[in-house]
Amino acid sequence: MARTPGTTASGPPRVRRLRPSAGRQRHAGPLAYVLLGLAALLSLFPLYWNLVAASHTGERVVKAPAPLLPGPRLLDNLSFAWNQVDMGEALVNTTVVAGLVALSTVLFSTLAGFAFARLPFKGRSALLALVVATMTIPPQLSVIPLYEIITDLGWVDQLQSVVLPSLVAAFGVFFMRQYLIEALPVELVEAARVDGAHSLRIIWHVVFPVARPAMAVLGMLVFVQAWNDFFWPFIALTPDGNPTLQVALAGLGAGNHTVDQAVVLTGALISTLPLLLVFAVLGRHIVGGITAGAVKN
Amino acid sequence: MATSVRAAGDGSAPPAAPVRDRSAGPGSPSRRPPGRGGLRSTLHRLDLKAVPYVFVAPFFLTFAAFGLFPLIYTGWLSLHRVELGGEAQWKGLGNYSSLATSEFFWNALANTFTIGLISTVPQLLMALGLAHLLNYELRGRGFFRVAVLAPYATSIAAATLVFAQLFNTDYGLINTVLGWAGFAPVDWESSKWPAQIAISTIVTWRWTGYNALIYLAAMQAVPQDLYEAAALDGASRLRQFLSVTIPSIRPTILFTAVVSTIGATQLFGEPLLFGGSVGISGGSGNQFQTLSLLMYEKGWVTGALGQASAIAWVMLLLLLLIGGLRTLFSRLRAKEGS
Repeated sequence: MARTPGTTASGPPRVRRLRPSAGRQRHAGPLAYVLLGLAALLSLFPLYWNLVAASHTGERVVKAPAPLLPGPRLLDNLSFAWNQVDMGEALVNTTVVAGLVALSTVLFSTLAGFAFARLPFKGRSALLALVVATMTIPPQLSVIPLYEIITDLGWVDQLQSVVLPSLVAAFGVFFMRQYLIEALPVELVEAARVDGAHSLRIIWHVVFPVARPAMAVLGMLVFVQAWNDFFWPFIALTPDGNPTLQVALAGLGAGNHTVDQAVVLTGALISTLPLLLVFAVLGRHIVGGITAGAVKN
Repeated sequence: MATSVRAAGDGSAPPAAPVRDRSAGPGSPSRRPPGRGGLRSTLHRLDLKAVPYVFVAPFFLTFAAFGLFPLIYTGWLSLHRVELGGEAQWKGLGNYSSLATSEFFWNALANTFTIGLISTVPQLLMALGLAHLLNYELRGRGFFRVAVLAPYATSIAAATLVFAQLFNTDYGLINTVLGWAGFAPVDWESSKWPAQIAISTIVTWRWTGYNALIYLAAMQAVPQDLYEAAALDGASRLRQFLSVTIPSIRPTILFTAVVSTIGATQLFGEPLLFGGSVGISGGSGNQFQTLSLLMYEKGWVTGALGQASAIAWVMLLLLLLIGGLRTLFSRLRAKEGS
């Protein structure tokens, strides 16, 4: 179970620099810091202000000038959102959906990515092109029939109607294929075959250990995506039935339970905070994953 | 990676060598699968032949059930007059021709296009600049990278609800700040262009950092000699950025442009929630109704599934058209180059 440092140690060591002119990674000047500081401020301020608004009364939030410092009402708003609007149930639903989608996407994407990267079979390149092409099809093309189907099955407001269509994603297959083509030497697979290992053994003992860092990153990316997914859940689930956080938020935004903007923004805070905590802890790995998935396509 | 090599057993030597060793080994010539015969080799061959298809099957089955079948069925519906739960009546291209004469359709198409433009172009340009800055040797680079990615972790719904307050015409912080600078308050909700700019701001806020990190990865893969050669030729930093960095990462720029275009075509949640109680119609005067919103309104408010399906297919055709034009341009460019 040794951890493979593969993805994190991608940059060259930055210690031994003798000539200051060597290397194009020049030191940033003051202007660069000012601009980056501004970018960070613009990125983080709306999130900070979400917290501020969630800690005031509704009357205060809708009065100019808008509050800029946290107020005393955060716990009251949280308890209202939790008890009256049932954000707790939505939080559990979202965790279940995002967890299942992430698990199954990682598993199926790794298997398919391995096949596309390292197993010879007829039609491989055509099928891979098809996988990539499916990424351009917007979900709008499928929601009407899917809605008819889940209505017939009585699956409106049932979580399986948002989990099943997302069991595996083209993006994940492509992501794993790109990673394995770099990280998994052909010789390793061939050697295992010569030793008489069948495909399941190879998956378990060769592919999974090599793919583990990429599987973790893909899992996080898919989890974030599933957590924040809006269009289809908004159609398949209802705010007052069995919603995910995003659907519950849509109900709040439309004024279903309250027009108290502090409560609405407390709902937004509840939906955002878990992911922000994950980002604060694992941010560097997620950054690494996004950049790793994007190069060489 | 050491563990994985060990996990493969004794295969640490070059793969060709052990095979030859074994066939030259004790007595029996070639003990590899073909020699074993019977059930085992059949299984082995089956394993080699069938398993790749088994591994890719989950994707294609999921796509067939939840992507391809609905796509075709939506096409069939678009040729009919259908209400939810009702019988379908053949209508030919009627749904499409009534779209062609519908001012709501052309309005939604134009809004999708303008919001797409306002949200994509500045976003990608700012992402390029941001990536360039992040590519410097920095103190606190980890912080900056995670900070600009934080909006990506925020959902459409949460971000839009926050921005709807910040953009509020009467008490929003943005108008307050504009007031300090001496500007009159802007009507961010019911005026067309301000509303479209506000919605584009939400999109831009959520995706700029993400795209910047993608560009950053591409920039770090640009060979260093290119910069050294350019520096020797006396190229300034700006010159290097324009004539070395940009051309080197052109494929990545194209990739993000394609992804952003696809996203812009589908824009739904931001205008819906920004509009509050009049979100589905894209504001009281449809001033920011997108194609997706119009489709939702037709399908789930009016109950005209045939028309909604036609709008969905128009979206697909638009994307195909854009994709086709892109291929055409790159072909032309390649021809010019050669």
